[in-house]
Amino acid sequence: MSTFPVELKGLSTRFGQTWVHRQIDLAVPAGEVVALVGGSGSGKTTLLRQMVGLLRPTEGTVHLFGEPLFAGSRRDQLERRRRFGMLFQQGALFSALDVYSNVAFPLREFGVTDEAMLRDLVLLKLAMVELEPEIALRMPAELSGGMVKRVALARALALEPELLLLDEPTAGLDPDRSAGFVDLICALHKALGLTVILVTHDLDTLAALATRVAVLSEGRILAFGPLDEIMNVQDPFIERFFHSERSQAALARGRAER
Amino acid sequence: MDALGRPPPEIRIEGKGEQVRVALSGDWTLRLLSPLLADIRQRLAQVPQICVWDLGEISRLDSFGSLLLWQHWGRRRPPQLALPDALEPVFARLAALGDASLPATPPYRFLDGTAQLGRMVFAIGHHLIGFTALVGQILLDLAYLLRYRGHWPFLEMSANFYKVGVQAMPVTALVGFLIGVVMSYLSALQLRAFGADVFIVNILGLGIIRELGPVLVSVLVAGRSGSAMTAQIGVMRVTEEIDALTTMGISRHVRLVLPKVVALTLAMPLLTLWGSAVAIFGGMVSANLQLDLSFDYFLNALPRAVPVANVVIGLAKGAVFGLLIALVACYFGLRVKPNTESLSANTTASVVSSITVVILVDAVFAIATRSIGLPYR
Repeated sequence: MSTFPVELKGLSTRFGQTWVHRQIDLAVPAGEVVALVGGSGSGKTTLLRQMVGLLRPTEGTVHLFGEPLFAGSRRDQLERRRRFGMLFQQGALFSALDVYSNVAFPLREFGVTDEAMLRDLVLLKLAMVELEPEIALRMPAELSGGMVKRVALARALALEPELLLLDEPTAGLDPDRSAGFVDLICALHKALGLTVILVTHDLDTLAALATRVAVLSEGRILAFGPLDEIMNVQDPFIERFFHSERSQAALARGRAER
Repeated sequence: MDALGRPPPEIRIEGKGEQVRVALSGDWTLRLLSPLLADIRQRLAQVPQICVWDLGEISRLDSFGSLLLWQHWGRRRPPQLALPDALEPVFARLAALGDASLPATPPYRFLDGTAQLGRMVFAIGHHLIGFTALVGQILLDLAYLLRYRGHWPFLEMSANFYKVGVQAMPVTALVGFLIGVVMSYLSALQLRAFGADVFIVNILGLGIIRELGPVLVSVLVAGRSGSAMTAQIGVMRVTEEIDALTTMGISRHVRLVLPKVVALTLAMPLLTLWGSAVAIFGGMVSANLQLDLSFDYFLNALPRAVPVANVVIGLAKGAVFGLLIALVACYFGLRVKPNTESLSANTTASVVSSITVVILVDAVFAIATRSIGLPYR
């Protein structure tokens, strides 16, 4: 299929008197890992939330899989929503349910009622994110930060999404765990052929994961392309963001991880 | 083709005897399989034991589809399987899963029920100890505040007083007025039968000022302000705001609990007065309409029927109930653990316990004040 999993057309956002985005056009090709980067308050997370329909843009449209996000009947919209998964920054696990029920939740909602099937599916998803079955009956409050993210990823992957959105996937993880998490997402991307969109501040993660980078600055997309191309764009923001000494070291580390 | 233009899953069984070949094609995904699951299972059941499985024509296979086949195969690869290289890792993952199963939960036994009961009894003990500890801590903090006058959280007290007192006035007035009208109406029906119309003043005056006013306002305040206090402190626990306060060297009891307790203790007598007054007004209006009792007569008879000691008892009850509601609410708020379930459980416990405590203490008051302020004994 030639349609883009995510396509933003002329998207503008206003909060009160300030314009966060102005006329953003972005088309994410299938199978790519696209990183959204930008300074604090540049509206990266806002853009991500607009892609999944948690926020509506002031102007312009979001197209998912070639159709407007809010088009069609309620049924159609539900079908569309089941084709992507989102990993929230804090995991957003349902704290009243244990790990097993959290991962099984989207499957049960979808209509998988066969308990044996459900159990195997959940265990498979947990194995995919490298978690032992022993933690299945724990409550989210009893998990470490890294485990919460893994369980949340397993839940996001439960319905076999074609598109995965990650909000700061490595924020709050120590370097070792965040490298592990990056490897995990890399492996899943290869194995499942997902399209991935992530928002990150972490240049290690960026260099290790992203096949394309979209730079957000002053409310528009400054540049969109492979990392090497972005590095060659002449712009004060890109200069500061990618070419400082710290950034160079982080990028080199990330590349080595690939 | 379905709506998204994907080919549906299909099973073709070709050949006979030793040479049966089972060719699978289309998308073996959760989305396309789930509406056809019964059919597909039936078709799979028709496949003979000895056959060649050909998965070469499958256009997409996800974990649901692969698990379906895996379970049909008895959790191992069939001896004759034509598997494209691209699908190899999918089955490798399933093979790696092996016989992994959920950790077993111990079965429920008869003794578990007894243990549950025992735990509940102990829980009550724990609550009593914890509550006493909270009260003790507040007393220690009061002793500290007496020495360091500058540390009194006056601003928070004032803000809390406004929130639990002033903002509760409309709802207290509404409920009080309606209860007054209803009580007056029902009593009037009975009293008229005995020609004892004038005693409506005694019934309303004593009943509302001494008993109904404080209890009614307490129940309202427990539901309105008590639950809000528990939820607020609880959410501050969840978001680690209380830990932030502690690291700044600020006592949670001084800054969070004490202002609420003081504010509610001061606001409740005033709310009781206000609620009782409006309830009596409601009763007076109803009596005027139904029994033709004039406002003048009602207001003149009221001080004679209700000795002033009753007002004092009503206000004292209000203060004590306010103190207890705030303490119970703060106690349960500080017990909240960082998850939604705990927040809802503790808020429920807070409201239920404070209403129960109020009614218990009201009974104690009734006994303790039985010789005070009652005319015609």
